[in-house]
Amino acid sequence: MKKPGTYFMEGNEACAEGAMKAGLGLYAGYPITPASEVMNHLAKDLPKTGGRFIQMEDEIASMAVITGASWSGLKSMTATSGPGFSLMQENLGYAVMTETPCVLVNVQRAGPSTGQATKPGTGDVMQARFGSHGDYEIIALSPNSVQEMFDFTVEAFNLAEKYRTPVILLADAGVGHMREKFTIPEDIDIVERKKPKEGEIEFFDTDEEDHVPPMPSFGEGYELMVTGSTHLGDGTRDTATYEAQDNLVRRLTAKINDNRKDIEDWEEMYCHDADLVLVSYGSMSRPVRGAVKKAREDGYDVGFFRPKVMWPSPDERMREIGKNSKVLLVELSLRGYRMEVERCVGGDNLHIYDRLNSLPSINQVYDKIMEVLE
Amino acid sequence: MIHAKDIRENYIRNYPSAFCPGCGDGMVLNAMSRAVEKNDIDRKKVVAVSGIGCAAWIPSPYWKVDTLHTTHGRAIPHATGLKVGNKDLEVMVVSGDGDCAGIGGNHLLHAARNNIDLNVLMVNNGLYAMTGGQVAPTTEHGERTLTTPYGNPSQGIDICNVVKHAGASHVARWTTYHMNELIKEIEKAMDTKGMSFIEILSQCPTRTGKKEGLSGVDMLEWYKDNTTKDKDGEGIFVGEIHYIKRPELTEEIYKQIIEQGGEPKC
Repeated sequence: MKKPGTYFMEGNEACAEGAMKAGLGLYAGYPITPASEVMNHLAKDLPKTGGRFIQMEDEIASMAVITGASWSGLKSMTATSGPGFSLMQENLGYAVMTETPCVLVNVQRAGPSTGQATKPGTGDVMQARFGSHGDYEIIALSPNSVQEMFDFTVEAFNLAEKYRTPVILLADAGVGHMREKFTIPEDIDIVERKKPKEGEIEFFDTDEEDHVPPMPSFGEGYELMVTGSTHLGDGTRDTATYEAQDNLVRRLTAKINDNRKDIEDWEEMYCHDADLVLVSYGSMSRPVRGAVKKAREDGYDVGFFRPKVMWPSPDERMREIGKNSKVLLVELSLRGYRMEVERCVGGDNLHIYDRLNSLPSINQVYDKIMEVLE
Repeated sequence: MIHAKDIRENYIRNYPSAFCPGCGDGMVLNAMSRAVEKNDIDRKKVVAVSGIGCAAWIPSPYWKVDTLHTTHGRAIPHATGLKVGNKDLEVMVVSGDGDCAGIGGNHLLHAARNNIDLNVLMVNNGLYAMTGGQVAPTTEHGERTLTTPYGNPSQGIDICNVVKHAGASHVARWTTYHMNELIKEIEKAMDTKGMSFIEILSQCPTRTGKKEGLSGVDMLEWYKDNTTKDKDGEGIFVGEIHYIKRPELTEEIYKQIIEQGGEPKC
């Protein structure tokens, strides 16, 4: 684990550094392009910090291992890309249902299926939100730099611990394989999960405002009942009654929705007086931000909006923007975030610049801006 | 002398039983409880992980220890996370034959290869019982089930042999007829450093029994008459199949952490 200071590293390595800084206790994973560098780095350095590293037989097992490890009391993580992300959906749902904090990194590549393994894409945005079955909410962060690969990994662990839920770091091959300077600060806030107070026996329901019950570990003598079936506050399975299903699923979703003001995060520039706002995220937001700056310099009233937290989406702010400006969504997929942006700003107001395989140049985005402004 | 009343009070959670009359699952629960009672072990550290199916309900909700009731076939990797996370846990995995050898077969194979210190009890009733009685990877050739109405065109797997050759330290087979032997074998599993795999042939009076006109007791009698403790004998072999000392995964991981100057986090 690197000491505080400034380094020149790859995004995936910065992610691994962020995880160790956040207190990663166990990593389980399976090799996949373009995410493997996260595990390569951790295999070497995690044991030196006292953390366990284990390579599993597949991504299904990897996701299961980090869920089990979280109940042993450790902070845990896995990293993958599209094909592995699909396999993880089963146990991701289990982690949501059992309120198991853990971090799942998806360094997105061009899909569907095997697609172009070394090329970036953001076609998994909706899968991150809806990929597992049943009603649930999820937190997903989208970094656009090596610095944010570090910062957002720490933040992903903090949100996972705070809200007792899996958190997805929704990166892409662009930021994963990008090399640039980043800084590990001296002071970093680290959040730890809420542990039970003496005498507490309900670990799956709470009257607390944040909807987050305390979480004990296995081996502490609580005789815990953890199940992916619908359950009551003490863990008792209830696969039949209306109230049990209603109470649990509503609380699990409220845990994210009612706390969205705390979770939401975005970056914006010049949006207050813009005729046209460009919405972009991940590595794609880099040339988009450059093009917006250039257009401003040339006297055009354009703005820039970048969700850092994709889910829950900054829908209120996007709605406001959509009322006052036209919107140009620029993304590395055909259907990535489109439905969500369309939901917020309306279809008539929305223009699309979608690309596959690789980032456009600043000039290409600039030309698209001019096209829309005409 | 262990009294049934003590087992009931100290090991069994007070929920109405979901098991059918005559089912072997309650007997497995009894055997696990007695094995822990006989073994000098810190009860707080005994945990159980299960997947989906009738057998997965043996520990959850009925066994009074920390229980993780997971997804179909995934009990072993979840248990791996618990064990590697905290090496002091005594981790029991209770799984049916479909859960363990079917959908979870790849995890079983690799857990055996890693020789991770889990105690895997595979309760084998020879079919998918919870969903109505469909063919399983353990169902014999020619057997009729809901999904093999003209006889099973496939073959049943000799899962003990697979696990043995994949690398588990300890492999054994018993039936619900052999309760005392089973309790001793589970004790031995807990004492073994490395993966223990015990196949427990267990009767399903609801699916197999109804079809064949057999009660739970008839099926226990069948186990008695059709098993042998003699490796060269006639019938299904019951007893220890394999025992060997091999490096164990969790211990090797902790060793490396210490060698690299780390202090295992807990």
